[in-house]
Amino acid sequence: MLVFCTGSATLAAALRNPISPTNIFAPASTPAHSIYRLSIFLLEVTGAIFVIVVSLLAYAVVKFRKRKHDDDSEPPQVYGSNQMELAWTVLPVLIVVVLFVSTAQVIHRVQDAQAPERAVRVTAVGHQFWWEYRYSQFGLVTANELHVPVSDSKNPTPTYLALLSADVDHTFWVPRLAGKTDLIPNHPNTMWIDPQETGLFLGQCGQYCGTQHAKMLLRVYVQSREDFDRWVREQQQPATSDPTVAAGQALFLAKACFACHTIRGTIAAGQVGPDLTHLMSRDTIASGALPNTPENLRQWVHNPNAIKPGSLMPVPDLTDEELGQVTAYLLTLH
Amino acid sequence: MASESIPMAIPKTSRGVVFEWLFTADHKKIGVMYIVYSLLFLVIMGIEAILMRIQLAHPHASFMSPQTFNRLFTLHGTTGVFFVAMPILFGFGNYLVPLMIGARDMAFPRLNAFSFWITAFGGLVLYASFFAGGGFLQGGSAPDVGWFAYAPLTSTTYSPGHSTDYWTLSILLAGVGSVGGAVNFIATILCMRCPGMTLSRMPLLAWMNLVMGGLVLVTISPLTAAQIMLMIDRYLSGHFFDTQAGGSVVMWMHFFWIFGHPEVYVLIIPCFAFVSEVIPVFSRKAMFGYPAMVAATVSIGFVSLGVWAHHMYTVGMPSYGNAFFVLTTMIVGVPTGIKIFNWLATMWGGKIRFATPMLFCVGFLFQFLIAGLTGIMLATAPFDWQLSNSYFVVAHFHYVIVGGILFTIFAAFYYWFPKMTGRMLNETLGKWHFWIMVIGFHLTFDFMHIPGLLGMPRRVYTYEPGRGWETWNLISSIGVIFQAAAILIFVYNMIQSYFKGAPAGSDPWDAWTLEWATTSPPPDYNFAAIPEVRSRRPLWDIKHPEDPDWKYE
Repeated sequence: MLVFCTGSATLAAALRNPISPTNIFAPASTPAHSIYRLSIFLLEVTGAIFVIVVSLLAYAVVKFRKRKHDDDSEPPQVYGSNQMELAWTVLPVLIVVVLFVSTAQVIHRVQDAQAPERAVRVTAVGHQFWWEYRYSQFGLVTANELHVPVSDSKNPTPTYLALLSADVDHTFWVPRLAGKTDLIPNHPNTMWIDPQETGLFLGQCGQYCGTQHAKMLLRVYVQSREDFDRWVREQQQPATSDPTVAAGQALFLAKACFACHTIRGTIAAGQVGPDLTHLMSRDTIASGALPNTPENLRQWVHNPNAIKPGSLMPVPDLTDEELGQVTAYLLTLH
Repeated sequence: MASESIPMAIPKTSRGVVFEWLFTADHKKIGVMYIVYSLLFLVIMGIEAILMRIQLAHPHASFMSPQTFNRLFTLHGTTGVFFVAMPILFGFGNYLVPLMIGARDMAFPRLNAFSFWITAFGGLVLYASFFAGGGFLQGGSAPDVGWFAYAPLTSTTYSPGHSTDYWTLSILLAGVGSVGGAVNFIATILCMRCPGMTLSRMPLLAWMNLVMGGLVLVTISPLTAAQIMLMIDRYLSGHFFDTQAGGSVVMWMHFFWIFGHPEVYVLIIPCFAFVSEVIPVFSRKAMFGYPAMVAATVSIGFVSLGVWAHHMYTVGMPSYGNAFFVLTTMIVGVPTGIKIFNWLATMWGGKIRFATPMLFCVGFLFQFLIAGLTGIMLATAPFDWQLSNSYFVVAHFHYVIVGGILFTIFAAFYYWFPKMTGRMLNETLGKWHFWIMVIGFHLTFDFMHIPGLLGMPRRVYTYEPGRGWETWNLISSIGVIFQAAAILIFVYNMIQSYFKGAPAGSDPWDAWTLEWATTSPPPDYNFAAIPEVRSRRPLWDIKHPEDPDWKYE
């Protein structure tokens, strides 16, 4: 099994072929790389131990079985051997020392890294069952889809995340970018990533946080510096105000929606649910659970519980016509 | 030296039999009750596992709601640790320890009965939750916070109603039972050994239950304290874990895992005991390195108290804190590895008979080695930053619990069922049981490591397609069919053999420890005359008067 593991890790690395978008053996960022290199070393050591011990076991099982022609005399009784027992105590202790030293180095390198001046800083707040992202450097707040700039290893621009929680424990886990770190109420944590290739990186919440833990998905968009800067400028704008959907906007502000959601540029300033100012700039809704299409949006607003049972968004009190108007309004929030 | 039991002339009424078992303080009957109780809950938790694996066989399956799934994994884990593994090991320990040390019963027979009944009651409290609230088919008010119930998910804010309370109370009750059992083991082993049986001559099973007892005493206290603090938070306006009022969520984790990690050693150490009794007898050799085995067990007991925060590497402890726990966790692997070498060395040069108990022990050796090595991987904090809370961890601990603990429990059944009932279990059925279990176990749990390596977290009622997890989940689910079949064969074997098995006699395996020196089953008083011993293998000395153990060690 371990040989299989080592084999598959090497294969994954060699092929660079996406067996999985969340493969821990396909690192794309320094913390994930450091973990990957340590884990390969570990797999080699444990793999060697496995091969040696299992060979001895297999040999013993074959060579020392009672044969049919054996009489019933007992074999020589060997009570112990001080030399052997010393050897197989000292050797494991040495292996432990080597593994510990290599591990301690990686722990220090990842956990104690200092943020450079040009690092992008984001505060991630875990909620049941969605992610809030606050970029105080840029004065913008968004939800569920994290955008970060790509980092050049010669001139790194890492992103440092401060991790907070608004309710229970959550965990931020995007395997190709870094190991996981918990979001614990009243216990701020930090982590960092410096993705070296652009693209979309997937993950999900890694700490059981209630009914919809399984659908608290993560999407990290790594963009070139120009694309990231453009995205920031777009997100900094207040919400568009399209007069053709005024009816929907009025409903949004009159019904319960504004109490939980923020739409900058309107009076809606709720903190309980995701910021919707630029809802239509996102590929997904419901924390990655659904593609962001008009039909899905309408279904979600109509009855969140039918899609994500246990979601904390209450069913809005809207007639069919009102539902159409609110959806039309939301669809203008680019 | 085999003693004959004196036939009883008093006829038994069925009311008499029921009362005899309800009010017994005899360690053998209490042991059997613990074991039967655990087997019932083993079947129940197996059904819970089957249901969950059906849901996980395909992505976005709708076999059950998320609420039901979350209750199932909570019940499955809680039942497995507290109402299957602990009671079955206490059961075997209770049955065997007095017999193996030449005593007539445990030191405190009534405490023994009390410990069983309060543990049993705890299990009933936990399962009563299924019938409360919305009723059985909707999962009732069963707890859904996971078996380690992290705060603040367990606060009244996030877990309103009483579901969490069923969890808290049932564990409190089980903990009381465990402490009573541990006190009994320690007192019995330290005070009631027969003449000539110094500590260094007692069977390894006695040593291991002694260490286990000591560990239980240390480890249950923080668990009980945590349950009480949780109840105070929920009902008496406490704020131990309320972060809005100065409480700490991380403190729950520390309290739970200071219990939770030594607990897994509480579970595995008696299993080491079974292996240490079976491998020598079926290899026809004395245990290799008895003093090292004792020293290794005692050091595991101590070191295991200092490793708990390896369950908390992702919580945000400082780097030197994480490094400390990496070191202690790796160190505890050393005495564990030593034991594997000692068992191998016992087999080396022997004449191995592959009867069913030995088959399960060889399976254990192979699987426990793998589990230990994946444990070393998890001990390395950075690797754990990826693997923690993923299906790799689930695969690892099931490898230990099913591949290690359950396999040795099967070995113990096949080995000591003859002593307990006077009849042999069927060897052919035993081999079918073993091989089908091996196939099912490896199908489910080998391939379960892979989704973990590919980013699948645990405790998810469903998962996304396109992440490379589907095939492995399907294979894991298929393996469950084989495991269920193996367990059914086992249950059938036990029932059939109880009534129609071949008579065992007092010593069917040609073994060497004192329990084989009395009839099968033993009389109430165990031995007609208290034995006197001169070595670690009193029956070997009798069977080989020209070559007794006491000449050599």
